[in-house]
Amino acid sequence: MSDPSYSAPAFSSRGETEISAEHCDRLVGEALSRGGDYADLFFEHSHSGSFTHEDGRVKNVGRGVSLGMGARVVDGEATGYAYTQDLDAAPMREAAHTAATIAAGGGATEAVAVSEVACPSYYPVQTPTLLAPDADRLALIRRADAAARAYDPAVTKVQVSLGEGLRHVMMATSDGRLVTDSQPLFRFFVRVVAEKDGKRQTGSSGGGGRQGLAYFDGERPEIIGREAARIALAMMDAREAPAGEMTVVLGPGDSGILLHEAVGHGLEADFNRKGTSNYSGRVGEPVASALCTVVDDATQPGARGSVNTDDEGLDGRRTVLIEEGILKGYMHDRLSARLMGTDPTGNGRREDFTVTPYPRMTNTFLLAGQRDPEEIIRSVDRGIYACRFSGGQVNISNGDFVFSLTESYLIDHGKITTPLRGVNLIGNGPDVLTRVSMVGTDFAAADGIWTCGKEGQSVPVGVGTPTIKLDGITVGGTQA
Amino acid sequence: MSDSTDQMMETAEAVVARAVDLGAHTAEALVVTRRELTAKIRLSKPELVQQASSRALGLRVIRDQCTAVCHTADLAPAALEDFAAQAVAAARLSEPDPDAGPPDPGSLAGPGERPDLDIYDPAMSEVDADRALALAVAGEQAARDHDPRITNSEGATCSVGAGQRILVTSGGFAGSYRGTYASVVVEPVADDADGKKRNGQWWDGRRHLAHLASPEDIGAEAARRTVEQLGARKVDTCEVPVIFSPEAGSQVISTLFGVISGGAAYRRSTYLVERENTAIASPLVTVVDDPLLPGGPGSRPFDGEGLASRKNVVVDRGTFTGFLCDTYAGRRLGRPSTRSAGRGISGPPGVTSSNFYLLGGDVTPQALVADTDRALYVTRLMGFGFNPVTGDFSKGAEGFWIEKGNRAYPVSEVTISANLDDLLQSVDAVANDLDHRSSTASPTFRVSNMTVAGT
Repeated sequence: MSDPSYSAPAFSSRGETEISAEHCDRLVGEALSRGGDYADLFFEHSHSGSFTHEDGRVKNVGRGVSLGMGARVVDGEATGYAYTQDLDAAPMREAAHTAATIAAGGGATEAVAVSEVACPSYYPVQTPTLLAPDADRLALIRRADAAARAYDPAVTKVQVSLGEGLRHVMMATSDGRLVTDSQPLFRFFVRVVAEKDGKRQTGSSGGGGRQGLAYFDGERPEIIGREAARIALAMMDAREAPAGEMTVVLGPGDSGILLHEAVGHGLEADFNRKGTSNYSGRVGEPVASALCTVVDDATQPGARGSVNTDDEGLDGRRTVLIEEGILKGYMHDRLSARLMGTDPTGNGRREDFTVTPYPRMTNTFLLAGQRDPEEIIRSVDRGIYACRFSGGQVNISNGDFVFSLTESYLIDHGKITTPLRGVNLIGNGPDVLTRVSMVGTDFAAADGIWTCGKEGQSVPVGVGTPTIKLDGITVGGTQA
Repeated sequence: MSDSTDQMMETAEAVVARAVDLGAHTAEALVVTRRELTAKIRLSKPELVQQASSRALGLRVIRDQCTAVCHTADLAPAALEDFAAQAVAAARLSEPDPDAGPPDPGSLAGPGERPDLDIYDPAMSEVDADRALALAVAGEQAARDHDPRITNSEGATCSVGAGQRILVTSGGFAGSYRGTYASVVVEPVADDADGKKRNGQWWDGRRHLAHLASPEDIGAEAARRTVEQLGARKVDTCEVPVIFSPEAGSQVISTLFGVISGGAAYRRSTYLVERENTAIASPLVTVVDDPLLPGGPGSRPFDGEGLASRKNVVVDRGTFTGFLCDTYAGRRLGRPSTRSAGRGISGPPGVTSSNFYLLGGDVTPQALVADTDRALYVTRLMGFGFNPVTGDFSKGAEGFWIEKGNRAYPVSEVTISANLDDLLQSVDAVANDLDHRSSTASPTFRVSNMTVAGT
């Protein structure tokens, strides 16, 4: 299927409804016609695709396209927003006017004429997967399916999906930036059900990011398919997990969900600006053990959460949040940065043109420490080793966060032993990182499967961590 | 752009006809339109006013049992011609599935089977940004006035929306319905010891503006729920009865939906495989999916495949009557659809709930609590801790400790765990406070024993 707009978004110079810099200036001017501190336009032309493979066949093929423009006016703490799916002059002007009604009138900011600003490039992609030959992608799916089935005769159901996107954005801002980016993304996922001796269990595995098909070089499809099957088999004989506070060792990679929930959301500046986060007003104070350095890094090549530009026309970058236990700063969008009198950090993100940006994480990492991972496990007399998760959630105000384990084991006298049934861990954000007593050398970024929800908006994110040891967190098993 | 029903119906009919001309054996178009107004305030000042309308079209084509689903927002006739051609081409990439296909034309909802479900309120379009802002301000102000311990606010939001769905299929179905919805949410914040904040939230949402609770009542309730969490603490790990508030209970009922859907059954990813017509819950448990509930948030006159909606009793006094199915899941399981197909623009039909709820019992929630010697009363659940294949259920929780029928103190940072099978079998009291403001709903109910993990 060849749609020319895959490579030339509607609003570009080669597109069907080219939007010139002068047109942007006029619209930004209209947006600020009743006053306001800042205005911007967000153009988006997105393509999506999916393959679903189940019961040994390609069951469904999905394709979609969306196009639209949102106009935003910010006046003090107030935002006016309107969008249109129609890039003709009249509806865009109407959107700018509707957004403008938020402003109180008078004292207009003078918009700076936009000029193109080049952004950095963090997507090592020659050809977005969506534009690669269909047969090549279908072959990858079939290989993963075959590998999962071949892993063990107990594997009875295999579902493989490939979701792909190519999102073209253009932002014109009242401070004179005209920024464009083309953001490729894919997510490859395998889910397995295995049945043996009257027992049933499920396992899943996946990966992806802002990469091309080179991601699948070597045996990547087989590795992902086998991993899903391995987890289902490994957890088949899982025993009931203990309940209560105990030592937990988190494996490298996906365990970064802990950071995302325990500290990440609490360090998004909107909550801190409003004084509703547990971390409000605590910059410069210790909020974690001195072993912990946490960064939000939009610049990791090919990572799922990386962005060349955020959704407010500012470059993606690396921001140190916590350095050796000391809180260094928050993640900002333009609004929070202006209201808090600091610089934005390129964390203004949004799901699409129908919604406004908020401070959001990109790739959130806990950096490597000094300990041998084996040594960390050996140091635990009785505890839990957790390595796979189904997700997490946090209450920003009181800091309580949970994350749910799908693969975990009992540690007995320094050895990983019995597999445990899925349990939930619960902790308190500002407290839990003070309990990090060992940090491994084996940092790994999770493979690209995670999506973060906030304000009803989903954005792709990355997480990563080395092996870490937590002295005391509540484990929600059933064995009291 | 116009979003008139007639025009959208013509658009849908044209794209279906085009796809059939191009060789599709089945073509089904869904048009979804939406108009929205969101007004968010904080500390009495506007934070966000958003107004817009949008529409999009999804098309499923099946050719030689091969399926593709495509969606677009460009409804210009020329663009839709290309779009239909692309959809038919995309179907060539999938592989034949003998069970894929539309319902039997004879089973489609006839013109006389499209009941008015009282889900559209013309008064909703009269709400403008100023009125929505005023409702939000009144809600937040009521919260701040209610208790001096409310020291901060995450704000209040008033949302008003209207939408319509138009479904046209090559099998002979053409139907549409529209609905409205308005909600007010208030989220106060209080300061607790050790620099902790406590947030609470209360909301109401209704199909009719006149049915919406007053912002003053919503705000006062939000404040009450926020300050009552002050001083919350962990409890010792123990096994006790657990009482689920309607808010927490609806999450348990939502979890149940995932394991009674026909999609989970043919994927064998539910612990209820081979449990039909057996007791899967206590006799106090009756669970219903009712798309015909007048004014219900999940009401629909016909399902996502054009079948006339009907009420399904999924669990009847503890007995699992059968998986909810769309046409595909039904074929995979060798049975008719239960008319439970949902459909969005970006994917094939799938089993979805409409108004899915645990039927209320006889006792008042107050009497239920008073009758409980010692328990955890859960107001909020957190997390994704559920394995549908095994039924293992483990979630973060907050609420109150109950001692001799009274609230003793607030509790947070604990987890509750049980297998969902055991949880449902152990329901020993169901209260009479069912409210349908959310499409998945529950009254207060009690489970005789769960593990509470704390210190």
